[in-house]
Amino acid sequence: MLDVYINFWLLFEQTCAFGAQRMKRHGEGYMHKKLKLSDIILLLLLFGCGMICLIPILNTIAVSFSDRTSAALGEVRFWPVKFTTASYRAIVQEKQFARSFFISVERVILGTCINMVLSVLMAYPLSKSESQFKGKKLYMWTVIFTMMFNGGLVPTFMVVKNLKLIDTIWALVLPGAVPVFHVILLMNFFKGIPKSLEEAACVDGANPWRILCGIYLPLSKASLATVALFCVVNHWNAFFDGKIYIDSPEKLPLQTYIQSLIVDLNPQQMASMTTEQLAEHMKMSSLTFNSAKVVVSMIPILLIYPFLQKYFVTGIVMGAVKE
Amino acid sequence: MPENNFGMQYYKMWFRRSFRPPDNKGVALKKNRNSVYYHFMLLPGMIFLIVFSLIPMGGLIMAFQNFQPAKGISGSRFVGWENFARIFMLPDFYQIFTNTIIISVCKIVLGMAAAVLFAVLLNECRFVGAKRVVQTAVYLPHFLSWVILAVMFRNIFSYTGVVNHMMQGLGKEPVMFLASNDWFRPIIILGDVWKEFGYNAIVYVAAMTNIDPSLYEAAEMDGAGRLKKIWHITIPGLMPTIVLMTTLNLGHVLNAGFDQILNLYSPLVYETGDIIDTYVYRVGLMGLQYSFGTAVGFFKSVFSSLLLILSYKLADRFAGYRVF
Repeated sequence: MLDVYINFWLLFEQTCAFGAQRMKRHGEGYMHKKLKLSDIILLLLLFGCGMICLIPILNTIAVSFSDRTSAALGEVRFWPVKFTTASYRAIVQEKQFARSFFISVERVILGTCINMVLSVLMAYPLSKSESQFKGKKLYMWTVIFTMMFNGGLVPTFMVVKNLKLIDTIWALVLPGAVPVFHVILLMNFFKGIPKSLEEAACVDGANPWRILCGIYLPLSKASLATVALFCVVNHWNAFFDGKIYIDSPEKLPLQTYIQSLIVDLNPQQMASMTTEQLAEHMKMSSLTFNSAKVVVSMIPILLIYPFLQKYFVTGIVMGAVKE
Repeated sequence: MPENNFGMQYYKMWFRRSFRPPDNKGVALKKNRNSVYYHFMLLPGMIFLIVFSLIPMGGLIMAFQNFQPAKGISGSRFVGWENFARIFMLPDFYQIFTNTIIISVCKIVLGMAAAVLFAVLLNECRFVGAKRVVQTAVYLPHFLSWVILAVMFRNIFSYTGVVNHMMQGLGKEPVMFLASNDWFRPIIILGDVWKEFGYNAIVYVAAMTNIDPSLYEAAEMDGAGRLKKIWHITIPGLMPTIVLMTTLNLGHVLNAGFDQILNLYSPLVYETGDIIDTYVYRVGLMGLQYSFGTAVGFFKSVFSSLLLILSYKLADRFAGYRVF
């Protein structure tokens, strides 16, 4: 874990060094150019952009550490008012939160493994030309067809229901088992690997399985990492499949749980509650408590964010298509 | 003589072997053997694609039926185009359709403008450290889910939230932002622009590295200022990418952001915020009108795959970009 962080910082420094090199190339004067007014305006604008993106997140963190009443009055901006960790202590006591958190973790691990295995296994044969692999075109068109056109929400739901996957973790993992976009990303990357490597291995008697494991996978570590990280983020952030495929509240993954608790509560539901339930709900869903939950659910994303940042630029430039 | 003969024999063998007419039997066998491997590798993935993507397409028959879950697809009665006719008779439908188009077109246009602007700013900045810090901050929202962001938005824009607190400080009346039909669309659109502009800028930043630096030097010689250089070199240099992204986005016009709207809307703003996807979900799954929901979904799916094909063709034509 730690060494990858260190790697990240090394990369960061390399980038800085690269910048310095570029400055040198532009001539000595470039680096010592006088700071102009336009530079200052530019910096202010850029930092403005950065701040705009961070403000809601900082505000939420501040609220989660604040006193409940001052949060409810909207007094908290970017710094906690009357600092307290009460809401975090409350989260620890809430069993369902931890349960949902681990269901999400389980889903991420299981889902990412399945996604990676299937997309590698699909991308490799699809990266072959029609002359090397008869029937490739048919497979390719099937894949493209499923990417362009889909059965829609209701029929997919019926299939999952008929397979008796409802209310199991498989309902969250299997319908999206083949991430078509990532398959195409990997396929394009595999196409770029020189053919002579494969031919040499083939002459030495290696079968395609051996070639895939021995040549293609080691050469495409970076793009595999990109795809894996994207899968992790997608699985962690998915909430909608949990909403439609999971019925029992104790099996909800984290995002769905937060969604059902905070966002989904409509006035009719509120009206049908007893006063005790309502009081319980008010206690559970106070502003500070919700913010604390959101902050905790952000932590895994923040943890892998350095890795993400290292790889996703490659991924985007490689695919150059928005998902 | 016998030795000579012997040598001749070898020579003949060698000759025959090397000038044998080519039969590709060995190569073909190998190719076939490899193909078997390829078929097996594709098998598991194809099974999943067939089960979870192609079979549901068969389920689209439901759109032409009066589907009842108890009877199943085989037992339900066929009603022809009735469900589709119902879509167009629905007074809500035009509202939903225009909502979808307005929201997504605004998102695409504003999102692109913001991304290009940000990329240009980033490109102009000479301080690498500052650049990195800003980039780190700006990419972050892209990786957070709309559930999390919706909680933040709801806190910030609530009646007693920070925004209203500030507005009161300016002496204005507090507003229920997420429950007001005037405010809902702008918040949805700007919220999406806010989430994605940094991430979308990556493509433009990458495109800018391909602009020939000598152009800038020449412009500098001619005495062009910063803004002139941006306007006459950077923006034209980005034009192919801008065209490409526009055409690719065209395919997503009917996706106005299901996750975002589902998490932020309420019955009070159905008038301005309800889109096709949320409607299908509400009516088809929650309202248990399976056939009707499928019909609406079918309509959308056909329409958007046509758009997608069109956009890929346009991208190929105008930007020379092939997705496959």
